[in-house]
Amino acid sequence: MNRFFAHNRHAVQRLGYSLVTLMAVLTVIPIVSTILFILYKGGPAISWEFLSGFPHDGMRAGGILPAIIGTVYLTIGTAVFSVPLGIAAAIYLAEYAKDTFLTRLIRIAIINLAGIPSVVYGLFGLGVFVLFLRFGTSILAASLTLSIMTLPVIISTAEEALRAVPQAFRTVSISLGGTRWQTIRRIVLKEALPGILTGVILGLERAAGETAPILFTGAAFFLPRLPVSPFDATMALPYHLFVISTQVPEMPVQIQYGTALVLLVFVLSMNLIATVIRSRARARRQW
Amino acid sequence: MAANKVVIQDLTLQYSDGTESLRGVSMEIRRNAVTVLFGPAGGGKSTLLRCLNRLNDLTEIKASSGKVLIDGENVLDPKTDVIVLRRKVGMVFARPVVLPLSIRENIVYGLELAGEKRKSQLDQAMERSLKLAAIWDEVKDRLDDPAAALSGGQQQRVCLARVLALQPEIILLDEPTSGLDPISTGKVEAALQELKKEYTIVLVPHSVQQAARTADYAAFFLQGELIEYGEGKTMFTTPKQQRTEDYIMGRFG
Ligand SMILES: Nc1ncnc2c1ncn2[C@@H]1O[C@H](COP(=O)(O)OP(=O)(O)OP(=O)(O)O)[C@@H](O)[C@H]1O
Ligand SMILES: [Mg+2]
Repeated sequence: MNRFFAHNRHAVQRLGYSLVTLMAVLTVIPIVSTILFILYKGGPAISWEFLSGFPHDGMRAGGILPAIIGTVYLTIGTAVFSVPLGIAAAIYLAEYAKDTFLTRLIRIAIINLAGIPSVVYGLFGLGVFVLFLRFGTSILAASLTLSIMTLPVIISTAEEALRAVPQAFRTVSISLGGTRWQTIRRIVLKEALPGILTGVILGLERAAGETAPILFTGAAFFLPRLPVSPFDATMALPYHLFVISTQVPEMPVQIQYGTALVLLVFVLSMNLIATVIRSRARARRQW
Repeated sequence: MAANKVVIQDLTLQYSDGTESLRGVSMEIRRNAVTVLFGPAGGGKSTLLRCLNRLNDLTEIKASSGKVLIDGENVLDPKTDVIVLRRKVGMVFARPVVLPLSIRENIVYGLELAGEKRKSQLDQAMERSLKLAAIWDEVKDRLDDPAAALSGGQQQRVCLARVLALQPEIILLDEPTSGLDPISTGKVEAALQELKKEYTIVLVPHSVQQAARTADYAAFFLQGELIEYGEGKTMFTTPKQQRTEDYIMGRFG
């Protein structure tokens, strides 16, 4: 057997290569088939009325506008809190923090934060933002909850992007009389921006699709009008999908899949933006 | 005006890993001359350069003592304004590191950081320094192209021009031509001969030949110690120390 492999190194290599390719194809199959399936089942539901109307007849007819708008609000709300804070934390960790017990603790906390199930964030948000800080079931409370969930993703990708900027740029900038902050602002951040944006979008994309964190903190079953203030509750696509799939009897399947399709397009288009930013930056990069 | 721009007194430096990179180094660096620091790898040449503009502040240092007097002021004093010092003492590195900006932005980078906003001033400084670094003719029609698109030799002269734009008084060059072809090397060396009329130049050459070609004064470093220091002409023809001679003759090892 040994001799067989020794004499057939090329054959072994080809076999290995084929296996890896097969695996890659196998992983793509469920993704593609899910998308196609949802497109097939939900496509017919998509119409101008569906996208721009309110649900009626106990949500068994009409559109999903409030859920779309709500998800947009929640995504923006999440960005408002998590992006500045996440980038600031990443700058601190990558550029200023020395390797001390404290910074190691922070890093461990961030890694563990990323692994917490989203429903736990929901309960935390309920306890802290809804009840303790008295924000009520609101866009504000839900956005803050989603922000905490999103922060670890943003911090770790942004930190990685900052660290990828060659050290030599910093040395040169400092040797030319730059301060640390000038160096970060003019050179490091600029170069790390595409990577940071990718992390931001990936984090927000996850926030946009989550149900559990907003379940107790901001999501409404049904609202007859659009939210007008951050202290209003809101409908949201993932929660709406959950509701119409499990809580409403005799729900037309088409509407369920139509809603799923809209959510999917929302999330995938964010993904697409991240991909475009990344590949553009890679083409332009000078190091 | 004193003939010595820099006076180094009993300089000792130990990195945090315990390596003692400089041991009791004392020497003077003349105004308007090229002073060459040469010797085998690990001799402390780069460490010494980085003491002159306090770039060692970026690395962990266990202990240092002694003085570096520039125009009579000890720049190792914690009270020194390092930003002002670094504008006065420019540095060119071994690998040409252009910032990921256009040629123009690279050259005026330091001036902009220093708060210069007037376009006429910036343009003037750019043209002057690119000419001094003998690169103006090659880049004058493409100033807004990314500097990274230039050849290595051109990039290194852009790096030199970038330092010159700040109108420093001292220019430190750490093996500035180590990655360059002989023609680019010649251009840099020629530029240095021109520059020394106005500036104080400290060069770590990438070969003994370059040391001999460029040195007005030369200092031979071996494992953190200054072994011999004197005029370039004498040093490379009749060195006083056996160890210097061995190194120059390539009998080292
Ligand atoms: N950042 C650092 N941390 C720890 N030790 C260092 C550091 N930089 C240099 N050293 C050590 O200090 C000694 C002197 O190094 P230095 O770079 O000054 O030598 P050099 O004469 O410039 O050598 P080369 O010709 O290789 O550039 C070496 O032993 C080196 O390993
Ligand atoms: Mg060196």
